[in-house]
Amino acid sequence: MEKNTLNVEKNSGERQVAERTRDRRTCIPRVDIYETGNDIVILADMPEADEKSVTLNLDKDVLTIEASIEEEHMGGHTAFYSEYGLGDYYRAFTVSDAIDREKIEARMKDGVLRVVLPKAGPAKARKISVNAG
Amino acid sequence: MVRMTTNGWLLDPLKDMLRFERDMDNLFWGSGGSRASSTPPINVYSGEDDVVVTSEIPGIKAEDVEISVSGDTLTMKGTRKAEDLAQGATWHRRERGEGSFYRRVRLPFSVDSQKVEAAYEKGVLRITLPRSEADKPRKISVRTSE
Repeated sequence: MEKNTLNVEKNSGERQVAERTRDRRTCIPRVDIYETGNDIVILADMPEADEKSVTLNLDKDVLTIEASIEEEHMGGHTAFYSEYGLGDYYRAFTVSDAIDREKIEARMKDGVLRVVLPKAGPAKARKISVNAG
Repeated sequence: MVRMTTNGWLLDPLKDMLRFERDMDNLFWGSGGSRASSTPPINVYSGEDDVVVTSEIPGIKAEDVEISVSGDTLTMKGTRKAEDLAQGATWHRRERGEGSFYRRVRLPFSVDSQKVEAAYEKGVLRITLPRSEADKPRKISVRTSE
């Protein structure tokens, strides 16, 4: 089994975002990654985000996960005590050729993003026949 | 139901207005990452007649959270379960926390526990706690004697 099918990019996060125009802080979502016989699965904690606010982008070898989080409207309430602030999310991963890029699927539920990256199956391996002559 | 602390909440109830306690036993909410925290973090918003407590607890089932209110103390406890991996599956990376949490929050006033409402959406728990009628400040008119 290939170990490094998916690399978490070093220094992912704020610094890598090219000149953000939004005046918001960026959080790096915490992730779990596991591998089964058929897939690589990424689980990312992104509370406050939903399927509308999350963007996944695969550009060459880099899979980026982004989400824009809007400030909550607390209607007449004022912040009294705060342990967390809201921010956008950004994280990037390097995807190898062993992934079937056409079949990557993502789902968002209860603030957790699940990205399933199917491994390129053996059926996909192209056998190139050598002809005589 | 709610265990009270022994560290003098009766003696000095107004010291911090809000008093937070964390039960550090069996917590696995991670220690690294951008939002290092041993328990789900909370925010508290106050309004005229109520307080709203929000907490980021992504990926939990609503039935796995237990909320109880007694007087001016809110208690939240729950468990976030790790993904059950099929046989042969292996972890490459584990940053997300799992395990149980226990959180007790001292509110600035007594709460009408019958009217407490909790909702869970987008991984955020939101608890609205109305101030109890008995605890609301009463306006006392001053009579003048002729």
